[in-house]
Amino acid sequence: MPETFIPSGTTDVADLVKWAAAETRPLSLHGHRSKAGLGRPAQTEYALDMSRLSGILDYEPAELVLTLRPGTLVSDVEKLLGARNQMLAFEPPDYGPLWGGAAARGTIGGAIGCNLAGPRRFKAGALRDHLLGFIAVSGRGEIFKAGAKVVKNVTGYDLPKLVCGAYGTLAALTEVTLKVLPAPEKTRTVLVFGLDDARAIQALAAAAASPHEVAGLAHLPAAVAALSGVAYVARAGTGVTAVRIEGTDISVKARCEALRDLLGSFGAPLEELHSMNSAWLWREIRDAAAFALPQDRLLWRLSTAPLSGPTVTAVIAQAQPEARFFYDWAGGLVWLSLPPADDAHAALVRGAIAGNGGGHATLIRADLATRAAVPVFQPQPEALAALSRRVKDSFDPMNILNPGRMAPSAGT
Amino acid sequence: MLMPAPEQDIIAQRLDLIAALRALVPGEGVIADETSLRAFECDGLTAYRQLPLVAVLPSTVQQVSDVMKLCNSRGVKIVPRGAGTSLSGGALPLADGVLLGLGKFNRVLDIDWDNRCAVVQPGVTNLGITRAVEHRGFYYAPDPSSQIACTIGGNVAENSGGVHCLKYGLTTNNILGVEMVLMNGDIIRLGGKHLDAEGYDLMGIICGSEGLLGVITEVTVRILPKPTTQRAVLAGFPTSESAGDCVAKIIAAGIIPGGMEMMDRPAIHAAEDFVHAGYPRDVEALLIIELDGPPAEVDDLLLRVRAIADACGAVNCRVSQNEDERLNFWAGRKAAFPAVGRISPDYLCMDGTIPRKALPLVLTRMGQLSEKHGLRVANVFHAGDGNLHPLILYDANNPGELERAEEFGADILRLCVEVGGVLTGEHGVGVEKRDLMPAMFTEADLAQQMRVKCAFDPNHRLNPGKVFPVLHRCAELGRMHVHKGQLAFPDLPRF
Repeated sequence: MPETFIPSGTTDVADLVKWAAAETRPLSLHGHRSKAGLGRPAQTEYALDMSRLSGILDYEPAELVLTLRPGTLVSDVEKLLGARNQMLAFEPPDYGPLWGGAAARGTIGGAIGCNLAGPRRFKAGALRDHLLGFIAVSGRGEIFKAGAKVVKNVTGYDLPKLVCGAYGTLAALTEVTLKVLPAPEKTRTVLVFGLDDARAIQALAAAAASPHEVAGLAHLPAAVAALSGVAYVARAGTGVTAVRIEGTDISVKARCEALRDLLGSFGAPLEELHSMNSAWLWREIRDAAAFALPQDRLLWRLSTAPLSGPTVTAVIAQAQPEARFFYDWAGGLVWLSLPPADDAHAALVRGAIAGNGGGHATLIRADLATRAAVPVFQPQPEALAALSRRVKDSFDPMNILNPGRMAPSAGT
Repeated sequence: MLMPAPEQDIIAQRLDLIAALRALVPGEGVIADETSLRAFECDGLTAYRQLPLVAVLPSTVQQVSDVMKLCNSRGVKIVPRGAGTSLSGGALPLADGVLLGLGKFNRVLDIDWDNRCAVVQPGVTNLGITRAVEHRGFYYAPDPSSQIACTIGGNVAENSGGVHCLKYGLTTNNILGVEMVLMNGDIIRLGGKHLDAEGYDLMGIICGSEGLLGVITEVTVRILPKPTTQRAVLAGFPTSESAGDCVAKIIAAGIIPGGMEMMDRPAIHAAEDFVHAGYPRDVEALLIIELDGPPAEVDDLLLRVRAIADACGAVNCRVSQNEDERLNFWAGRKAAFPAVGRISPDYLCMDGTIPRKALPLVLTRMGQLSEKHGLRVANVFHAGDGNLHPLILYDANNPGELERAEEFGADILRLCVEVGGVLTGEHGVGVEKRDLMPAMFTEADLAQQMRVKCAFDPNHRLNPGKVFPVLHRCAELGRMHVHKGQLAFPDLPRF
């Protein structure tokens, strides 16, 4: 176990990173370690526990901004916002249980590091679209800020985008400002039963192209639908296609009606989920809950052009009949569960994507040895990989922050 | 406004450089005569003008790469240019730099209806994208006022917004992929038709980088289904406070309108005199609140917005009853800049963002600044997101008046930062706000941004003189000033 420092403020973090950079002692950054299983395994002598840097600094509902310390729990933020009928529109998932951890332990800092986004992603954006500004300590041990605390700003480079999905390899965040949005008054879900994957994705595309402002588009093949905690879905015995509508009461009713007409043309039976059932289903989809168990199975997360989703899974399923998968983001996000293998079936998975419109695949869950041997994140063409290394160097020239978590460190 | 001193040795090689460029880009693609170069001497910020050393208009990605590689090896600067509509001088040429125009990249390459995206070349205009997809009920959401002329490549470079960006986002939220050429000639692709990056979100940093990191050669944009209904509320208010209060209450009620615009009295009068939109003249502030979406939702929200406006003391509250009336409500706002142009020989358009609650304070202080500098100001305001566009009226023919207008503008932007806002909400820093950057950022903040610049362009050959007040050498920025054994082991709790 690494020796772990527990800073309580920005200057603590700066002192520590400055020392680590001077002594070339790499640091692992973490909050509550709810997503420690995600990324390349990297051993460091020292660790930086950021979880004490927590708490709300400023929340102004009418300005749509929230400033807080990144060690704050996502679940606490959601409670705070919920009390004012607001939300984090990117709908942060809770992946902790995917690696056997407890639920609701993820922090805002961890959500930023992984650029989390739930089913509303295709409409409302990912975390990257909601991080307005931050204060951080670079790998040089320097305190710097970027962005601002207002919702519209193009002053200077958009460094907040860059720290989203950087897995703590560029800077240690110590204060962040997020854009928040009003929560919908009402939510309903229209279900379509019995469509095969290709037809289901066409139905989702039709809903997405309609003017009914849908806010969730997912398809669960029969084997995955059967695992749902929502009875309507689990007992269907077929694939279940789900379309979510949000808005004011009158509007949601009218749009559900219009969507039933539209989806009815696919000639399959329909059902509607209200309040609790609807919320439960989308939480399961958001967290990939169907694949939390068994934990020895490999878990991949694929990002493709929406209509390519079923083509990619068909290629994979042909070679691996035990593959299980479901689709979010109108087909553009595929969660894929595969039996264990030393190579994690990486060539099959990434080859299927490359041959069908492109995209990328992340190995979300695998044992240490597999994650050390197989690139967890999609390998990049050389010119792009070289640029990414230069960007990393520009923040962290001594390779102090989470070295090797995303890409192998130079020289290893 | 001081630009970096032209490098005389580069200017001395001009003829040789032109010959080398002609070998890469044949025919009319290289422009060297002074008359033709005049067309490129400024962008939308017309107060600054400079002839480029030479202009190049490549027509293939390979030519862009070849030109950049050539310039990189010879140490020649490059200024990229789309349609030249920047309001911050982002495309202002350099006397010792090649102007790289992307105007020939004007084709829509692919419209992928099923995946709801379009692949376009960077010289396609913003409105051109919507024109290409609207026959099937789609549109491209960001709509800067210059959308007839401005190009998508320029939109990416500036991260352009528009009146609908509170609800639909800026350029950065509406693009899926780009192809770009780095200063060393490398051609890289970021994103595609899928969502989110597989590594660092480099597309996120390219967007809004003002042409300092690379040259965009292709863009994949999301296209959205058009809302079925759009209706607008026009409401006058006796004070700017009551109008600001109305905006805050609408958002607090959980309503995000498609657009929410405010104009102050001078802007209302100028617009009404120009287009006769039927705006009330006896109010201090006017709000245009547009709701879009499914008819049932729009009707529902209109009632709520109307009630909030009435409760906030609105006078002359009107709801558009048909499309003509809605467009008429907008006509005055959309013509606000030319309307101000009618009452003043020249104007400077500023672009700060403030926390909305600071609006009354900022308007009062702006009135005081107006008296101090002896210049009039009219205000239009993207009220939903706090983005302020003060228009400073001046006459360039009066000696010293441009300088006074610039000082007034700088005071306004410092005020925006002072109340917790920013120097620019959507127009970019360019040359216009470059020297104000230290009002918002510390040296450490700017140094980190410049280090990112170094990762893309280590010799600062791409669009230098923009964004950063002083461009430090990359070797200097990269130096670390600590050595082993000089720092104590940090005294922090640990386990």
